[in-house]
Amino acid sequence: MIEYVPAFTNVTIYYDCFQAAKLTQDYNVLSPYEVLKSMVEKILLQINVKEDQVQEIVEIPVCYGGEYGPDLEIVAKHNQLTADEVIKIHSDELYLIYMIGFAPGFPYLGGLSDKIATPRRQSPRLKIPAGTVGIAGNQTGVYPIETPGGWQLIGRTPLKLFNPESSTPTLLKAGNYIRFIPISPNEYEQLLEVED
Amino acid sequence: MSIKIIKPGLLSTIQDTGRKGYQKFGIIESGAMDSFAHRAANILVGNDMDAAAIEITILGPTILFTENSLIAICGGDFTVTINGKRLPQWCPVFVSEGSVLKFSGAKSQIRSYLAIAGGFDLPKEMGSYSTYLRAGIGGYMGRELRVGDVLNVGKTKYSLGSFPTDKSFIVISKYISNRVKPMYAANQVIRVIKGAQFDLFTQESKKLFFSKPYSVLPDSDRMGYRLEGATLALEQKQEMISAAVAFGTIQIPANGQPIILMADHQTTGGYPKIAQVISVDLPLLAQLNLGATIQFQEVTLQEAQSLYIKREQDLQQLQYIVKKELKNFIGGI
Repeated sequence: MIEYVPAFTNVTIYYDCFQAAKLTQDYNVLSPYEVLKSMVEKILLQINVKEDQVQEIVEIPVCYGGEYGPDLEIVAKHNQLTADEVIKIHSDELYLIYMIGFAPGFPYLGGLSDKIATPRRQSPRLKIPAGTVGIAGNQTGVYPIETPGGWQLIGRTPLKLFNPESSTPTLLKAGNYIRFIPISPNEYEQLLEVED
Repeated sequence: MSIKIIKPGLLSTIQDTGRKGYQKFGIIESGAMDSFAHRAANILVGNDMDAAAIEITILGPTILFTENSLIAICGGDFTVTINGKRLPQWCPVFVSEGSVLKFSGAKSQIRSYLAIAGGFDLPKEMGSYSTYLRAGIGGYMGRELRVGDVLNVGKTKYSLGSFPTDKSFIVISKYISNRVKPMYAANQVIRVIKGAQFDLFTQESKKLFFSKPYSVLPDSDRMGYRLEGATLALEQKQEMISAAVAFGTIQIPANGQPIILMADHQTTGGYPKIAQVISVDLPLLAQLNLGATIQFQEVTLQEAQSLYIKREQDLQQLQYIVKKELKNFIGGI
């Protein structure tokens, strides 16, 4: 196996067909694909799914609104709420990370409240700073690197979600939970200094 | 030892065989678009197949060799010269100190690989030398090569000190037979296996996909090839749940026009996958110029895997022969 990528409903396995071909006799099968299939089926039989596994929660401090979240008011208006109500609803939820994809460490999250769901912007922004927290339809997420994007931007975290020098280069992984913690612009600047 | 970039060309980046094991973190694999030409170039100079090489795109660079070097250029149909003299490709070449190597524009195969004995002395990031342009990591300072860049070359096993002074380069005999080389052409039949959602397409779409030609659109790049041709549709419109994708995955977005994911593809995708290009045909695809025509042809997974195994055996055999010959040749200088 070269690597694997877990997603919402499946796990993709990338394997070296050349290496697997050497095992066809051992597994009494015809093709490298069947070697991998036999291996995976054997492992699946041995798996014990623990329903009560401990939830690992990653807390992400977020400075909402202002220059950090220029679309907070749009999200509030769209849902006939005040900005503070949007912040409260967004930071009260616990979000499950279903999958990491799209960009380094970008989490596909479940659990956004319908009360603050907001459609994407008509035209995407060309540059969204790293750490920006956004909403698109009934999804919420946080951008680990500067990218273009059409999400409604409601805040920003000073945390580094992507660090190529680390052995685990991204802060988040599939299966973890996220909680957003509201912070002030002052706290944001202080935390940013610590991160740097 | 080092080389200096006099002119960078259109898009010259450092690439190896890709960043493996980090896709679950959303970090793309990158790596050479034409992995055959990349690995062949490395083999021909006695490097490991996965060493870093320069990937050259459409308009090639001009490079100064500050010391005697052993190089190989494999891939597209560029005209390459050293000090004005035409240089053969797909073979190892000794280049003398002070020589200037120039690439002309490519005609119909647009990517070339320059490998140098010893490889490039660069830091690996997340296990790979490959340049990941969007995240600014890997390769040479996380970016494409620019005027004045100096790339240090790693230690080579061969002593390149003594060199006949009357020559700017010496070609060592050709090693790569046409039987081993992919059948590069301006337009291609590309072999695929059915994708996970193939059966969700209409009968007509399934037929069209394998019978009508598709052309490569101008906004195609290292991330993906956008194609234009017969419009394909699902039997029933439905939202897909995002899942992992691979180099060569063919997705059909809402407009019905295929996108083939290439070396810099995102790790996950949410469009229905109609097919997957077989690994041995990825180099053919990688070399296609904008406007080229593609005809898809179906093969079985078993055929695809047999072809792959044959390809790997060919490369291993090539490596074995070249290593022996290089030793003999250099011993004789």
